[in-house]
Amino acid sequence: MNFRTFAAFVGPSVFMMLLFIAFPLVSVFKQSFYITQPIYETVEVETCTPGFLTQTCTTELKSQPKLDEHGEVITKTEYVGLQSYRNVLEPERAWRAISEGSLSVLSTIDFWKALRFTLTFTLITLPLVIVCGLGIAVLINNAARAIRGPVIFISLLPFIITPVIGVLSINWLFRGDGILTAMLEWWLSRDIALFAQAWTIEILMMLYRVWHVAPFAAIIFYAGLQTVNQDSLESAVIDGATRWQRMKYIVIPHLMPLIIFVAMIHLMDAYRVFEEIVGFSSQGYVISLQWLTYDFLVPDQAGNRSISRASASAMLTMIGIVILLILPLRRTWRDHKGGH
Amino acid sequence: MSSRALQQPFGLRLTSNIFLVFWCLVAAFPIFWIAVMSFKSPVDAFDSNALNVIFGPETLAKGNGLSLLDIILGIAVFWGTIIISTKTLPSMVKSYSKPGQEWIGWVIGVLAVAVGFLVAFFVILPAILGVLNPLFGPLGRDVLGLTTEHYKTVWIDRGFSDNFRNSLIVTTGVVTVSLTVGTLAGYGLARSGSTFAFWILIVALVFRALPHSVLVAGYLPVFINSAEWLSPILGENAPTLYGKPFAVIAVLVAINQPFTIWMLRSFFQNIPAELDEAARVDGCSHFQAFRRVIMPVMWPGVITTGLFSFLLAYNDFLVTSLLLDAQNQTMVPAIVGMFNRETTTTDQVVAVAAAVSITAPLIFLVLIFQRQIVSGLTAGAVKG
Repeated sequence: MNFRTFAAFVGPSVFMMLLFIAFPLVSVFKQSFYITQPIYETVEVETCTPGFLTQTCTTELKSQPKLDEHGEVITKTEYVGLQSYRNVLEPERAWRAISEGSLSVLSTIDFWKALRFTLTFTLITLPLVIVCGLGIAVLINNAARAIRGPVIFISLLPFIITPVIGVLSINWLFRGDGILTAMLEWWLSRDIALFAQAWTIEILMMLYRVWHVAPFAAIIFYAGLQTVNQDSLESAVIDGATRWQRMKYIVIPHLMPLIIFVAMIHLMDAYRVFEEIVGFSSQGYVISLQWLTYDFLVPDQAGNRSISRASASAMLTMIGIVILLILPLRRTWRDHKGGH
Repeated sequence: MSSRALQQPFGLRLTSNIFLVFWCLVAAFPIFWIAVMSFKSPVDAFDSNALNVIFGPETLAKGNGLSLLDIILGIAVFWGTIIISTKTLPSMVKSYSKPGQEWIGWVIGVLAVAVGFLVAFFVILPAILGVLNPLFGPLGRDVLGLTTEHYKTVWIDRGFSDNFRNSLIVTTGVVTVSLTVGTLAGYGLARSGSTFAFWILIVALVFRALPHSVLVAGYLPVFINSAEWLSPILGENAPTLYGKPFAVIAVLVAINQPFTIWMLRSFFQNIPAELDEAARVDGCSHFQAFRRVIMPVMWPGVITTGLFSFLLAYNDFLVTSLLLDAQNQTMVPAIVGMFNRETTTTDQVVAVAAAVSITAPLIFLVLIFQRQIVSGLTAGAVKG
C-alpha cells in the first residue's frame, strides 16, 4: 500500500483525533497560562430609602462588571504565567504542611487531597482486580460447559452497566438504613454510618471498582486459560506437581502478557476515577483528580467557570498519565524495533 | 477435561461451584435489587428489612399488588416469549426470508415478537386477569406489593422520554460516524507496516489514556464562544456549538477513535491479506477491494466495535453533562440530576426507576450480543 492510499484511508480518523484531541490539548496548555476575567469598574451608587419627612440617602462605592452596548459583560484575557498552577497547588501552604509533617493540613488543599485519593485508589484496586479476575476465570473454567454461557452473561452485567448507575445502585444498597448497612449493623451489633467519614466511602468506592472491572479481567483471563497447553499440564501432574505448583509455574506464566495488559488498562482507567465521586456524591469527603477538573468546569452560583484553573489542574493530571505510560511505551517501542 | 490425569476431585469441584454461585450473586445482586426497589412504594423500597422490600406490605396496603394467579400467568407469558424468540423465530426467519437478506427477516421478526409481547402482557393479560382473579378466591388475592407509578412519573411527568430521545440521537450519531471513520482507518493501519502507521497507533494509545475532563477543558471555552470565531466563515447564523448534540457526537467520536481503530485493526489483521491481493490482481483498486471483498467478511468485527462505541456514548456522563444544555440533556446526567436534587424518598425511588429504565436496554444488549462482546474484549488482548 503506497502512502497516498494509506493517507486516504487513515486521513479522516487522524483528522478527527487532531481536531478534537490534539488541538484541545494544546489549547488547554495555553489556557493554563492565561486568565479571562470580567473588567470591574467602581461606580458611585446612591441608594435612598423613604423615611419620616425626608428620604435617607446613602452613597457608596460599588464595584460591578463593565457592560458593553449589548448589555454583555466585557472580559479581558491576560497572561498570568504560573498563577493558575499556584492557585491549584498552593505551594506555600503545602510546603509549610510538609515541613511541619502534618498530613492533615496538606489534605485540606483540594489538589493534594485528590492526588492522595487517586493514587491510593489506583494502587489498591490494581492487585484486587487481577486476583479477583483470575479467581473468577479459574472458577468459570472449572464449571461444567453447559453453565458457562449463563455465568458469563451474569458476569458481564457489572461490566456493561453505566458506571454512574452502577455506583448509584451500590449507593442505594448502603445509604441510610439500606439493607446491606442494616445487615452489617445486625452482624456487628453497632450503629454504622457509612457515608459520614472518608475512609468508609473510599472502601465502598474500591469495592464498586473491583465489582465493575473484575468481570473484564475475568473474561480476558478465561480466554487465555483456553489456550493453556494441556500436555504440559498433564506432564506436570505426572511429575507430581501439586495443583498450586501447576498454577504457579504453568498457568500464570502463560497468562503473564494478559495480566500485564489488564493491569495497564486498569491503571489508565483507575487513574481517571470520576464516576464514583458523582454517584456517591462524596465531594465533601473524597475527591479525585479528574473530579477536581470537572468541578472547576461546572459553573458556580454566579455562572462563572474557572477555565484557567481547570486547565492548570488538567495539565497537572496529564503529568501523572505521562509517568504511567512511559514504561509500557518504552517496551512497545523496543518490541517494534526488535520486530523489524 | 479430556485427560483423566487432569480430573478434579469432587470436593474441589463442589467448592469451585459454590464460589462461582457466590460470585454470580455478587455480580447480579445490586442490579436485581434496584429493579425490585423501583416497583415498591418509597416506605418499602428503603425498608431495612429485605423481606419487606421484596414483598412490599406498604405497597400492598395501598392496593397495588399481584396475586399468585397474576404471577403464574405473567411468568407463562414471559416463558412463551423466550421460547418463541429462541426456537420458533430463528427457524421462521430461515424459511421465509430470501438468502442474503436474512437481516430484514430478523428485523421484522424481532419487531413482531416485541409488539406481540407488549400487547399480550399489557393489554390481554390485565383484561383476562380482571375477570379471573375474583373467581379464584385465595389464589386471586394480592400477595406481592408492586406498583408501576414511579415509571409513569419518570417517563411522563419528568420528561424522561426527552432525555431518552436525546440519548438515542447522540448514540446513533456516535456509532455511525465512528464506525465509518474507524473501519477505513483500521483497514489502512492493518495493511500498512510502515513506521508512520506504528506511530499513529502509539499516539492513539496515549490519547486513550487521557482523562476526558482534560479534553473538555479544551472544548468548553471554544464551544461557548464559537458564534464569535465562526462568524467570519459562516456569517450571521454561525452556531454556538455549546449545547448542540452534533458537537457532542463529534467529540465522543474523536474520544472513541483510538479504541475503535485499535480494535478494528486487530479484526482486519485476522482477515488474510491474500484476499485483497487476489481482488487487486482481478483489477480492483484498494478502495474497491476494501468495499467489495473485505467488508462482507468484516461484519462480525464491525458489529462488535459498534457495540463498544454504543456503550461509550450511552454510558458517558462527563462529556454530555458538561457540553449539553438542559434542553438536550441525555439520560445519565438527567438521572444524576434527579438523584442529587431530590431529598424525599419518593423522589429517590423515582430516580431508581429511571436508573432501571436506563439499565434494561443494556441487559438486552448483553443477552443478544454476548458472543460479540466477549470476542471484542478478547480480540485486542489475546494477541497481546
